[in-house]
Amino acid sequence: MTDAEIRALILDLIGEIAPEADLAVVRDQDDLREVFDLDSMDFANLVVAIHDRLKVNIPEADYNKLFTLAGAIAYLRDALAKSSSE
Amino acid sequence: MPALGADMEAGTLVEWLAKPGDRVKSGDVIAVVETQKGAIEVEIFQDGVVSSILVPVGERVPVGTVLAQIDGAAGAAAPCAEAVAVAAKPAPTAPPVETPQPSPVVAPQGQRMKVTPAARRRAAALNLDLASILKGTGVEGSIRLADLEAASGPKMPPPPVKRGLDLSEMRKAIAAAVSRSKREIPHYYLTETVDLQAASAWLEHFNAEKPPVDRILPAVLFLKAAALALRGQPKLNGAYENGVFTPSSDIHIGWAVSLRGGGLIAPAILDVDKKSLAQLMAAMRDLVERARRGNLRSSELTSSTITVTSVGDRGAETVTGIIYPPQVAIVGFGRMVARPWTVEGGIESRPLVTLSLAADHRVTDGHIGGLYLAAIARLLQEPEKL
Repeated sequence: MTDAEIRALILDLIGEIAPEADLAVVRDQDDLREVFDLDSMDFANLVVAIHDRLKVNIPEADYNKLFTLAGAIAYLRDALAKSSSE
Repeated sequence: MPALGADMEAGTLVEWLAKPGDRVKSGDVIAVVETQKGAIEVEIFQDGVVSSILVPVGERVPVGTVLAQIDGAAGAAAPCAEAVAVAAKPAPTAPPVETPQPSPVVAPQGQRMKVTPAARRRAAALNLDLASILKGTGVEGSIRLADLEAASGPKMPPPPVKRGLDLSEMRKAIAAAVSRSKREIPHYYLTETVDLQAASAWLEHFNAEKPPVDRILPAVLFLKAAALALRGQPKLNGAYENGVFTPSSDIHIGWAVSLRGGGLIAPAILDVDKKSLAQLMAAMRDLVERARRGNLRSSELTSSTITVTSVGDRGAETVTGIIYPPQVAIVGFGRMVARPWTVEGGIESRPLVTLSLAADHRVTDGHIGGLYLAAIARLLQEPEKL
């Protein structure tokens, strides 16, 4: 999966959680929670959706690594690479 | 037309989900009404057969208006006054809102079509048949505004209303409700700082062993602790109406849900004290999603016996609420913060939360409130027992 595909997937999942969100405004270093007004429940739902789609189980301790698009892309890229090499 | 808020005077019928001749049973959703708090699904509280629809789609009518007539299970037509498909109990906030004249929406094969309020309004304004849209791309296949745009192509005119809920109308409803509360209810306020070391450690361990879908949020612990502590302080759980406080034997907690872009609504989670943490997490997830999607039911806006608000990890350190009449108390949990804390004579960094209570002085005094907050704090020291 390319970074662009991961980015598109994350934004798609956020769009499901926050249908009114303007997905075009976010930059890679922005805090997704701030830009899209995501609360704890929204973020938990995002992690569930990522797990469902990519089979990546993100521990709670790593949630803060996904607060930005750049961080989330890097985290998921590494996690996917790790899982494919196992 | 059910009273879905303490200050609601009227509402607009936007959708019928039953037609004359349909058999209905208690708990069925038979209509959708538009209020200042968005589209609310109206349930019926008796079994029978719909004999007539008395309010057409698009009509704005006062609270108390008979919407439909239901023939009782025995087959005899019930009098109009007994045949109203409403939740009769008063509840927090939500007067009506003017909306474009919608057209009826009929779910295919007798199944309720899931449509966001914005999409529903837009379709009505465009006289667009939602059944013609084969697949929604929203949560659980719900039809979103984007689906309408995709279905109708570039001919679509500019939207006649704002996307999503009409937040300016909701702001008016909130203003009316809290003004009434502040005017009529003599509030008193208490706060208590609670050490969450034990609760955080327990939750971390609990969640570490679970897949994401089975993990629970700290707010669930707060909710359950607030409910269990209420068993010992029944004077904080109930309704004050016409100069009389009536305690509730059930603990139905209005859970404050903030809406993106502004607005607030507090639908009820029923029997919180009797539910497991997993059940409460599921209920909270469902409620938050439906509150924001605009699929709440009338009973969820009328059955709360107390309200709890938790600001989460992006909120303020302390929140003191305003009571939703006719309730007599609201509990607040601020943002969890790490602070120095005295432990056995030493100082440690501990996760703390500021717990607050706003309660009605006509029913209780600060002593009762203080005991209640202390009980919540105690319960949170033994999270495994929640």
